[in-house]
Amino acid sequence: MKKITKIMSLILACAMTMTLLAGCADAGAKDAAEPSSDAAAGTNADAEDNGNAGTHTEAVFMIGAIGPATGGAAVYGIAVKNGTELAIKEINEAGGINGVMIEYNFQDDELDNEKSVNAYNTLKDWGMQMLVGTTTSGCCIAVKAETSNDNMFQLTPSGSAVDILKDNDNVFQVCFTDPNQGIGAAQYIGDNSVAQKVAIIYDSSDVYSSGIYEKFTQEAENQPFEIVSAEAFTADNKTDFSVQLQKAKDAGAELVFLPIYYTEASLILTQANAMGYEPKFFGCDGLDGILNVENFDTSLAEGVMLLTPFAADAEDEATKAFVSAYQAAYGDTPNQFAADAYDAVYIIKAAIEKSGAMPTESVSDICDKLKVAMTEITVDGLTGEAMTWDSDGAVNKSPKAMEIVNGNYSLIQ
Amino acid sequence: MSFISYLINGISLGSVYAIIALGYTMVYGIAKMLNFAHGDVIMVGGFTIFYAVSMQGLPPFVGVLLAVVLCTILGITIEYIAYRPLRQAASSLAVLITAIGVSYLLQNLALLIFGANTKAFTSVVTIPAIKLAKGQITISGETIVTIISCIVIMVGLSLFINKTKAGQAMLAVSEDKGAAQLMGINVNRTISLTFAIGSALAAIAGMLLCSAYPSLTPYTGSMPGIKAFVAAVFGGIGSIPGALIGGVVLGIIEILGKAYISSQMADAIVFLVLIIVLLVKPTGILGKKIQEKV
Repeated sequence: MKKITKIMSLILACAMTMTLLAGCADAGAKDAAEPSSDAAAGTNADAEDNGNAGTHTEAVFMIGAIGPATGGAAVYGIAVKNGTELAIKEINEAGGINGVMIEYNFQDDELDNEKSVNAYNTLKDWGMQMLVGTTTSGCCIAVKAETSNDNMFQLTPSGSAVDILKDNDNVFQVCFTDPNQGIGAAQYIGDNSVAQKVAIIYDSSDVYSSGIYEKFTQEAENQPFEIVSAEAFTADNKTDFSVQLQKAKDAGAELVFLPIYYTEASLILTQANAMGYEPKFFGCDGLDGILNVENFDTSLAEGVMLLTPFAADAEDEATKAFVSAYQAAYGDTPNQFAADAYDAVYIIKAAIEKSGAMPTESVSDICDKLKVAMTEITVDGLTGEAMTWDSDGAVNKSPKAMEIVNGNYSLIQ
Repeated sequence: MSFISYLINGISLGSVYAIIALGYTMVYGIAKMLNFAHGDVIMVGGFTIFYAVSMQGLPPFVGVLLAVVLCTILGITIEYIAYRPLRQAASSLAVLITAIGVSYLLQNLALLIFGANTKAFTSVVTIPAIKLAKGQITISGETIVTIISCIVIMVGLSLFINKTKAGQAMLAVSEDKGAAQLMGINVNRTISLTFAIGSALAAIAGMLLCSAYPSLTPYTGSMPGIKAFVAAVFGGIGSIPGALIGGVVLGIIEILGKAYISSQMADAIVFLVLIIVLLVKPTGILGKKIQEKV
């Protein structure tokens, strides 16, 4: 009896290994086919057969997006998903880009680098030609290595780390890079004499947070305020902030700079309140979303200032139209990330129109054309007027400062 | 002055670890298995209270009671479905892996049911904070409640185990399962009871953890769970006073390490101390050395 079971299990194991190998061989063949089509680079038929995986018959632009629709930064991912979707719907209703429709697919990465790369591969299998993503910096760095290999055009709405733009020419940003946010924040605090003594609490395990922190401290040397305390926390130790706050308090800081995400910031605000410490809090775009934390006492966030490129209560026509369309579609006030993603789609549209790229071309050819077009276009978007791009992918525009008043973000004039 | 503040914060954090560690230590001491899903039962307790009290507006007492009942049922169910079938047949490693599996299952179920958005927990503690030394030192109501519950639970558990019949049965099972069965003790029922108590403690720990650190996500329980496991090992796994001492010492080391050495290195310092303690005293601070008799 035992022998039979052993033999059976051996046969089963063999069968399973075979299927595994078969799977590999298939994928291998496909991988091998792709570069050859790139090398041929010209015969359109060739590119269509291999490059675009042939999931669609009619020629459409395939735009993919990636972000954390679940997990600790879900507010961002969902905003990007909705913002992209809204823009694509509008463009399709208005007749597409140069008459070509857009198909759209969003994948969740749960704020996990590995899952983000998996999401990218899923989209590639789907036939994606351009990527709006990813939403967060850490994931974006993981994914850009892949897009750079594939020469896939990538436009991140909100991935702000400098490393995203390093060692590649196919990745562009809609938002500011972290150094710009750090420098901008330091200059704003200095220019408007918001405070004399500044404390910083940042996440040293996060590239977004530590990137802003570094540039902020560098720029602070040229500014009339003084950094009295700089304390870090890490992803594994982000529930208790009593020590960091106590140190800021002991150092007499009037302003606490929080270049972090809103989940931790909401805890910091609560704990500062519990210990009776009431400094001014100042953050970057990561604080956007703090008012959406379920059951959060928004009175604690009253007076929090943040630098962010988009204000939902701005009075210009484009913002008003976007906000009302977004509210009608998703029942929520759009945040900066939704606006970034919305802009991203229109930027891609402008670049395609400039370059005359067609969906029948290979992913790599489209990317090469868009790369050139990006440095030539000027786009007026929700998150900045007359946005232009360097060839390294960084955007030029100026930040806006906002303050939370009566439970709403409002622009500081 | 800030030193005293840090010390109080350390004791407060440590007491939360201690209550979680009590659950680990009890289950380990009696069932000889590491229940890695313990941290996630805490999260379930937290969500129950959140929905009952913050969303439905029930009185905090009812919410906590509800969480205790729900977690107890959950604990018994997990033990019955996932651990019991493996107890006789498989190696202890299989049960350990299953426990990790249950932990992920609970996290992902919570992700599906409650969503991933962070929820701000409204503290169920209504005791006002005590201010000392002209407001320079604040002891929050949560800290006071946590420390008191920690001591009450520890004393209660020790009395239960040493004075009641069911407690004596637990001791017997922990020493020798086979012999206990021969003496007429229902081993399965005793282990179920252990899980029930451990999970009820998890509900209370969830209440205290979320009141002190009011942010609730499906992953809320996992890191404190790991820290509490360290605390349990630190104090001597299987020992109830050990869990208390381990938890409090761990909390104090963590906060003081953050304050005086480096706020980034807090965890590194904690684990370094753990390694040193285990090198000097392999069974933990209060752990007993068990001699195998042949």
